[in-house]
Amino acid sequence: MSTTNRLNVVPTVTVLAVVKNRLIGAQRGYKLLKKKADALSLRYRQILKKIVQTKLSMGENMKSASFAWTEAKYVGGDGIKHTVLDSVDGKAEIRVRAYADNVAGVKIPKFNACGSGSLIGASGGGSGETGTTTATTESKSELTGLGRGGKQIQKCKKAYKEALQTLVELASLQTAFLTLDQAIKTTNRRVNALENVVTPRLENTVSYIKGELDELEREEFFRLKKVQAKKKKDAKEREEKEESLSKGEGVVKGEGGSGAGPVGNLIDFANEKDEDLLF
Amino acid sequence: MSAATASNAAAVAASSSEGSLLAVIGDEDTVTGFLLAGIGNLDARRKSNFLIVKPDTSRREMEDAFKDFTTREDVAVVLIAQFVANEIRYLVNEYAEPIPAVLEIPSPDHPYDPSADSILNRVKHLLGAGNDGL
Repeated sequence: MSTTNRLNVVPTVTVLAVVKNRLIGAQRGYKLLKKKADALSLRYRQILKKIVQTKLSMGENMKSASFAWTEAKYVGGDGIKHTVLDSVDGKAEIRVRAYADNVAGVKIPKFNACGSGSLIGASGGGSGETGTTTATTESKSELTGLGRGGKQIQKCKKAYKEALQTLVELASLQTAFLTLDQAIKTTNRRVNALENVVTPRLENTVSYIKGELDELEREEFFRLKKVQAKKKKDAKEREEKEESLSKGEGVVKGEGGSGAGPVGNLIDFANEKDEDLLF
Repeated sequence: MSAATASNAAAVAASSSEGSLLAVIGDEDTVTGFLLAGIGNLDARRKSNFLIVKPDTSRREMEDAFKDFTTREDVAVVLIAQFVANEIRYLVNEYAEPIPAVLEIPSPDHPYDPSADSILNRVKHLLGAGNDGL
């Protein structure tokens, strides 16, 4: 067991329980993050398709807008350019409102064009919150081309507003694209980290602790066995001692009782090897 | 990054009590058209949210305007004509924040080249070679 890919813990039962819990948590988190990543990439693909479509329509819109401007310039003369440029004053008529859209816990900023100049396709048009300022700018641009080409200018204005609508939509998609890109990268990194780093490390730790605990158990078992063996040995020795003791007592008793002792002694003497006599 | 994005979004949401601005960098006709539509704004110091690029406009001015617009709190979308973006391509490519969003728009005098668009390039790359009909 390598010590590199596991947590540095004391192998005890408590720690094992803690690590096991963490492992379960990591696995659950991995599943959840995987789901999140899937949801994000689903949205991501939708946005990609939409971006391509909107880019195309943006080109069309811009084309018609510039053409409308050319028309207005042709009719109204080059002077209207300066009128428009000079009429810029104070607050913008068209603004974008940002709000957050939520996809699987990721906040995606979205833009919505708003303003007092009613945008084509804008939901409900302007709310007219900047009443007086807008009114003056509106009247200013309304008066542009009063002499010549007013109609063309209004047309041009409409065309540019349409283009702007598309552009805001595109900006919104693009922002969502970038944000989602980041979010997907982060999520994937986390998924991979959980899958390839955290989970194996916890698993290794669990098996390490289990191994250590088993080892301890074996040691304990062996120790007990040794103790038991020692005890048995001691008991046996004691028993033998006692036996021999009791035997000795029996012999003493027999000597005193039957008088067979001297006979035995004689036999014993007969068996004994006499010393050689040397003459 | 996601935290930064969130705070960014929050900042925009905070400043958008009356909505955020759109900024334009482009040739005279394009800018005038958008001003006609009503995106022009002058702040208290009479600083505008648009830059008209003329043939004698230096690259330095474009850079400054781009940097200014992309760092302003009240700007949510920066529209930049593609020929201007090509001039300061390194800045545009380097820019990776989601807010303000930088959009490359075609201008009447210069044909629009989708392959130069940094975002569209990435989109195309991700969609694969099957969607070449851009």
